[in-house]
Amino acid sequence: MTDITKEAMMPPRSFLSQDAIQVFYRLLAAFLICAVLAVLSDSFLSLGNILNVLRQASLTFFIASGLTLVVLTAGLDLSVGANVALSACIAGTVIHKTGSPALGILAGLACGGLVGLLNGVMVTALRIPSFIATYGMLWVLNGLTYWYMAGETLHGFPAGFRQIGSGYLFGLPIPVYLLLVFLGIGTLFAQRTIWGQEIYAIGANPVAARLSGIPVARRLLLVYAVSGTMAGLASIIFLSRLNSAEADIGESLTLPAIAAVLIGGTSLFGGVGTVFGTFIGALILTLVLNGMNLLSVSANWQPLVTGIIVILAVWLDMKTRRRTS
Amino acid sequence: MREAAVVSQPNPLQRIPGVAIVLVLLIALFGAIAPGFLSVANLSNVLVQSTILTMLALPMTLIIMTEGLDLSMGAVLTLTSLCVAIVSLATHSMLLGLGAGLLVGAAFGIANGWLVAILGIPPFVATLGTLGMAQGLSLIVSDGQSVVGIPHSVRDIYSSTLLGIPVPIVMALVTYAAFHGLLYHTRFGTYIFALGGNREALRYAGLSPNKLLIAVYALGGAMAGIAGLLMTARMNSGHPTAGLGLEFDAIAAVAVGGTSFERGNGWLLGTLLGVIAVGVLRNGLNLISMPSSVQVASVGILVIVALFLDGLRSRA
Repeated sequence: MTDITKEAMMPPRSFLSQDAIQVFYRLLAAFLICAVLAVLSDSFLSLGNILNVLRQASLTFFIASGLTLVVLTAGLDLSVGANVALSACIAGTVIHKTGSPALGILAGLACGGLVGLLNGVMVTALRIPSFIATYGMLWVLNGLTYWYMAGETLHGFPAGFRQIGSGYLFGLPIPVYLLLVFLGIGTLFAQRTIWGQEIYAIGANPVAARLSGIPVARRLLLVYAVSGTMAGLASIIFLSRLNSAEADIGESLTLPAIAAVLIGGTSLFGGVGTVFGTFIGALILTLVLNGMNLLSVSANWQPLVTGIIVILAVWLDMKTRRRTS
Repeated sequence: MREAAVVSQPNPLQRIPGVAIVLVLLIALFGAIAPGFLSVANLSNVLVQSTILTMLALPMTLIIMTEGLDLSMGAVLTLTSLCVAIVSLATHSMLLGLGAGLLVGAAFGIANGWLVAILGIPPFVATLGTLGMAQGLSLIVSDGQSVVGIPHSVRDIYSSTLLGIPVPIVMALVTYAAFHGLLYHTRFGTYIFALGGNREALRYAGLSPNKLLIAVYALGGAMAGIAGLLMTARMNSGHPTAGLGLEFDAIAAVAVGGTSFERGNGWLLGTLLGVIAVGVLRNGLNLISMPSSVQVASVGILVIVALFLDGLRSRA
C-alpha cells in the first residue's frame, strides 16, 4: 500500500514508469490476439472488420474512460449501462419532439451527467458505499427507463445525426476520431492537471488526501459526474449508430466497461491506472469478442467469456502488483 | 472471541422499529389504496411469492455480515432452475433435479468464496464476474429457449399443501428455523459474527477464516439451488432469464431488515420482515396496476433510503 501511495503522490507521473511497462504488456497481448485471429480467420484482417473493431472499442471506451476515474478513487459505478439506456431514450425523445439533434445531444449529456451527480451525492453526502449506491441506482434507472418507454421503440433520426455514429471522415469512422479526442483529454486531465493528480491521491489514501487539503467530496462529485456524462456521450453514439432506442440497450454494457477498465490495469483498490490502459483494455476485450464472432461462436457465450476475463484481469493485476511491491 | 461476538450482537429493541415501521406503513398504505390487498387470498399469495426470496435473502444476510456481497445469486438461481428443469425432464426424478441444482449452486458458491477468500478479489467484482458466467451458462445450456414439459413431481411442490399450509411456506419456515439455529446457536454462527467483526480473533483461535468464508458463500450457492427448484416449480418451466435481478430484491430485503453493510452485524428476523416488505411493495404496486418497471425503481429507492438511514445510525 505504501508503494502505491508513494507512486500515486508523485506528480507529474513520468511516462517511462511502471505504468509504461504495464501498458507495454497489454499492447503485446492485444498484438498476440490479433496475430492468432489473423491466422484463424480470413476476414479478421479485412479493412471492414478492423474499422468495425475500432468502432466497437470506441463505444466501450467512452463508458469505460469515465469509469476509470471512478475506479481510480477506489470507487465503482455499476449504473453506467442503465444510464446509457435512459440517456439514449431521453435524447431520442427530445430529437423526435423538437427535431433538433443539438438539443437531443444536450439532453442526453445532461441526463447522464445528472445521474452521475446523484451517484456522487449518494457516495459523498449520504456516505453509501459506491458499489451499493450505484447498484441501487442501476435498478432505479432500469425501472424509470422501462416505465418511460412502456415497451415502445424510438427509431428514425435525421441523417445528419446518424453521421455521428455511422459516418466516415477520411476513411475512418467518426467515433474513432471522438475516441482519439477523449483519449487525449482523459490522459491530459488525469496525468497533467492538479485535479487529476488529486484523484490519484484520493484513491491511494483518502485520509492523507483530506489531511493534505484536497477537497475530497468535491473531487468525488466531479468524478461521478464525469462518469455519468461519458455514459451520456456513449448513449448519443449508440443512438445515432443503431438509429433506434429501446429500454434494454444498456443491459449488456456495464460488465464489458468494467472489464475494459480492469484489463487496462486500473486497480480496484484505487490510485493506480491510466486512461490509456483502459483504451487498450477496451481494444483487447473487443478483439476477443470480435474473434468469437468471426469464428462463429454463438453470442450466448459472450457473458460467460466477459465474466471470466473480469476475474482473470483482477487476479493477474493483484498478482503482478504483489510481486513488484 | 466470545466477547467480540457478544458486542456485535444486535440490540433487537433498537432494531425492531425500523423495518417494522416500514412494513406497517406499506401494509397501511396499500390497504387503503389497493382494492383486495387485505384479503386473505392476497396476503397468503404475498407470503407464497416471498418464499423464493427468503431462500436467497437469508444466506445473503450471512454473506453481507462477513462484509461481503453476492451479486451472482439471481443468475445462479436462473442456472440452477434450468438444471432442475433439464435433469428432471431427462430422468423424471424430482430428487435428481434438486440434486443437480444443489450441486451447480454449491459449485458457484464455492467458486465465489474461493475468489473472495483465497484470491482476495473484492466480493462485488468477483461475484459480478461469476454473475456473467452463470448468465452465459444459462444461455448456453438452454440455447436461449424455455425448457418446458417438466414432470408433475416438480410442479406439485409449489402448488401442494402440508397440513393446510402451502409447501413453499413450510420450506421457507424450515429454512428460517435452520438459519436461526445456525447463526445464533452454533459455533459456526459465532464464527460468522467474527468473520465480519474480528477476523484476527478467528486466526488467533486457530481457525481458518478463509475456509469459513468459503463455507458461507457455498451455503449461499446451495440455497440458490433449492430456490431454483421452487422457481422451476412455480413457472412450470425453466427460463434462461427467470431469476436475473432477484439478488437485488435479496439485497434490498437485507438492507431494509437492518443488517449493516459495513459493521459485520446482522439480524435474521429483520431480513425476514424485509423480504415481506419487498413482497408487499411489489404486490401492492401490482394491485394498483403499476408496471413492473415502477416496482423495480421503487425497490431501488427503498434500498437507497434504507442504506442512508443505516449510515445515519452508524454515525449517531
